[in-house]
Amino acid sequence: MPEALLPASISRLTFEAGGRRLVNDAHLELQLGTITMIMGPNGAGKSLLLRLLHGLIEPSAGNIQWGTRAPSEDTRYQQAMVFQRPVMLRRSVAANIDFALRLRGKKDTVARDRILSTVGLQDCAKQPARLLSGGEQQRLSLARALATEPDVLFLDEPTAHLDPASTAAIEDIVRVAHRAGTKIIFVSHDIGQARRLADEVIFMHRGRILEQTPASQFFKDPKSPEATQFLAGELVF
Amino acid sequence: MQDFAAAFIEAFNLLARADSDLLEIVGLSLRVSLSAVILSCFIGFPIGAALGIGRFPGRQTLIVCVNALMGLPPVVVGLIVYLFLSNAGPLGWMEILYSPTAMIIAQTILVAPIVAALSRQVVGDLHAEYAEQFRSLSVPTRTAVAALLWDARHSLATVALAGFGRAIAEVGAVIIVGGNIDHLTRVMTTAIALETSKGNLALALALGLILIVLALAVNAGVAILRSASERHADA
Repeated sequence: MPEALLPASISRLTFEAGGRRLVNDAHLELQLGTITMIMGPNGAGKSLLLRLLHGLIEPSAGNIQWGTRAPSEDTRYQQAMVFQRPVMLRRSVAANIDFALRLRGKKDTVARDRILSTVGLQDCAKQPARLLSGGEQQRLSLARALATEPDVLFLDEPTAHLDPASTAAIEDIVRVAHRAGTKIIFVSHDIGQARRLADEVIFMHRGRILEQTPASQFFKDPKSPEATQFLAGELVF
Repeated sequence: MQDFAAAFIEAFNLLARADSDLLEIVGLSLRVSLSAVILSCFIGFPIGAALGIGRFPGRQTLIVCVNALMGLPPVVVGLIVYLFLSNAGPLGWMEILYSPTAMIIAQTILVAPIVAALSRQVVGDLHAEYAEQFRSLSVPTRTAVAALLWDARHSLATVALAGFGRAIAEVGAVIIVGGNIDHLTRVMTTAIALETSKGNLALALALGLILIVLALAVNAGVAILRSASERHADA
């Protein structure tokens, strides 16, 4: 049984590139059992924060502590990420899931079929993955991530280019994963989506975390003027 | 002009009656060039994958070298292989000069850099697309390389066909290390050169026609592979 990743604690996390501080002195506590939504305007550093947490990029300074462990290959093994643009292997839909299952030491066609039916792609199993529609590709990407049975699932604006029906399908799958015990960390700048999904909201602006508050409080009474403007639909930059 | 027409007619006759000399020459050409391409794939794909995926000091210099080797002049390769394999050369004890084996070695030296350079591009592009997803999934390096080669298989087959096109059409290297010996090392390109100089245009033309058909077949093969790969959305 691998060691628990949560609660996670992030302190003074900073990421610099090209002489600019893109994530600036971030402090966070992440708890099990909540859907955490990272919100903010474009360029706020949301996707970078997600990549730092997942260990895809190295911070310039600061600490990330997953349970008692620093980020490593081991902690990443217990996590999965869904990217804004789904990366489809040049194989069939079923083979995309098989690839993820085999990485976790499973060669189980029953599990694969169950996962595909969970995301409604059982009828496309033999199709080339790249011929799926954008929404179907994102569902497959989510299914592939879930096939690794992650403790923490990162989602980087997975519905940014999708129609409402596909967005609803993705949100339903995320809710199911959340109820099954997976910690969800979801980046979005869609206020409606945050209202539908979030238990807590992390609001970012220009690389800084301005607040981490329960969703009900964030939407009723945001602490920072930038979040207030953002929720009012004003242009924040 | 009449000679030209007569040569064409004779060439078609040779092809129609499946002349045994002609078939022998075509058979040896295919054997030598296909062997060279298969060997080149064994050498070139791993080098291409390592250069496409790996990040190590000197990588850029190696890429420039491999790209430069793509343009090796066949006669120079022939000369170098000749020097190595001749009796006075370091590999003279193998006694394989003027044999199909020597021709395969020379063509492999010509084709392997082409396979390596083109497969580096193919695997490198796919790696750029997969890299972050693979890192997220904690894919071990060996699995990642295997997955990249497998997923790029249609493009890599096109690379192999490009190598075959180079091998089957070259004359400079095989004529030096093979010696164009009848029934032993005579291949299509060396036979065309010899028969033309002897004035035997019919056989030269018949072989030339086969070479053109083979070139067309290779191109058709590339086109079919490309459309197959587009059908599978591999483009």
